[in-house]
Amino acid sequence: MEIVTSEFFQRALIGGLLIGVTAPLMGIFLVLRRLSMIGDTLSHVSIAGVALGFLIGVYPVAVGLVFAVAASFAIEKLRKAYKSYAELSIAIIMSGGVALASILFTMGKGFNVNVTGYLFGSIYTLSNIDLITIAVVTVVVLVAIRLQVKELFLLTFDEDAAAVSGLPVRFYNVMISVLTALVISASIKIVGALLVSALLTIPAACSLIIARSFRQSIITVVIIGEIAVICGLMIAGIWNLAPGGTIVLLLIVILLGLLLFKRGIRTGS
Amino acid sequence: MQQMTEMLPETDVLPGPAGDCHQDIISLEGVTFSYQQQRVITGLNLSVRERDFIGLIGSNGAGKTTLLKMIVGLLRPESGVIRLFGEPVGQFKAWEKIGYVPQKNAFNPLFPATVREVVLSGLYGRNKLFRRITKSDHLKADDALHAMKIEDLADKRIGQLSGGQQQRAFLARALINNPSLLILDEPTVGIDAETQESFFHMIKHMHQHHNITFLMVSHDMEMIRTYLGLHQAAQSGKLKFYKKHSHDLQNCAQDDLTHSLRGLRQEMDSREEVVQVGDRY
Repeated sequence: MEIVTSEFFQRALIGGLLIGVTAPLMGIFLVLRRLSMIGDTLSHVSIAGVALGFLIGVYPVAVGLVFAVAASFAIEKLRKAYKSYAELSIAIIMSGGVALASILFTMGKGFNVNVTGYLFGSIYTLSNIDLITIAVVTVVVLVAIRLQVKELFLLTFDEDAAAVSGLPVRFYNVMISVLTALVISASIKIVGALLVSALLTIPAACSLIIARSFRQSIITVVIIGEIAVICGLMIAGIWNLAPGGTIVLLLIVILLGLLLFKRGIRTGS
Repeated sequence: MQQMTEMLPETDVLPGPAGDCHQDIISLEGVTFSYQQQRVITGLNLSVRERDFIGLIGSNGAGKTTLLKMIVGLLRPESGVIRLFGEPVGQFKAWEKIGYVPQKNAFNPLFPATVREVVLSGLYGRNKLFRRITKSDHLKADDALHAMKIEDLADKRIGQLSGGQQQRAFLARALINNPSLLILDEPTVGIDAETQESFFHMIKHMHQHHNITFLMVSHDMEMIRTYLGLHQAAQSGKLKFYKKHSHDLQNCAQDDLTHSLRGLRQEMDSREEVVQVGDRY
């Protein structure tokens, strides 16, 4: 149990708490716009950035962040080229990211060990600068959503109506992608690039089961995200499991529980 | 001098030389649009004036949706000019004057949003950026819900409503700003005949008694014909336009129309009573 009181665990907890708010929040907009896979794509691209960061000796998370933001712009561009195939642009950028990452990995064989930490998460090695990055991203995301939640709701619900209302739809699309890129690159060290999209999508999937209103679903995703992160870290810490994997499996357990609960209510009544 | 002024003919208050008090709501001049190589719309001219009801009919691929998207500025014409309320679309800012009702199946049925949240979203335009939702916004939503007789459904999830109720919710969203122009994109696709009937009844009533101009895309020839008549106002390629004006020239001075949404419900209800009484005897 003494792991829980250790300094590195408490850093992990703070980082996790922050990401547990922002990742599910961005996720709800992505899932409702049927862009669930965008998280995977951006995280794979940001791994390429992390690899480059190691290679040129620059703070890897920052390079990953730049890569993810660039990828989010590229996705928007490609989405315009293949209008009714939004998922195509996501798939192309994802493979591009993995390809680039694999080349950069092999170029600098010496840092393979470090990169694994970014693939599966290495929450217990969060540095001060990691925490600061996460905090800044959290503030940016929360402020943006707080100021634009009405418009984002309309855009997500009915993009055409948003455009007819005179809202700058293209700006909001780019904004959602860029904010997502920020959240993902800031959180890959916590849950890992391969798992980060679960923290975006599964809370949203849960909220679709129980929430009646948009307001409720925003509250639901944050609560579920936080429960998964806190409990997941505790369980991982006590039983010495991989934290990222534990958090994600816990999210899936919550999702299954809600599905069964909902079924129980239906058949019961 | 004084005598002169007194003697000025009263006709001065009448409209100008055109003899028409109705402004152009939508005007298209020589509008052409192509997707890649394919010409969809060629040299289309159309003038929609205040209080017109325009029915737009065309088979799939005739360019109905394309035309709508150009009118609301989502697509740019290859050539030609589109004006809204006399202003080129690119410079048009008063989007709150336009209500938009999408196709029924345009949204994800699992979407977590209540009817009230959807109706309120009709207010979220440019003017509302960075502003909070106020009490008076909620009152407007109440009025719109009431007018569409869906006040009891306000807290239900939008996906739980029947097709007809959803359509009322979207109409309430479109009406919340008291629009001058209402654009409906195949509003009754996937709704049963009886519900369609009452939906059209409501639309017709609004056209006759409110200062609203309508542009409705439909594949339902029958409704268009019974209300707008057989006379084709314009045609361009496979697009056909039918038109009815609810306001005759001599009525230009008349302005005692009910504008409020509260009034709409009252009128609708009182009419229904008349119909019921009429049926009984």
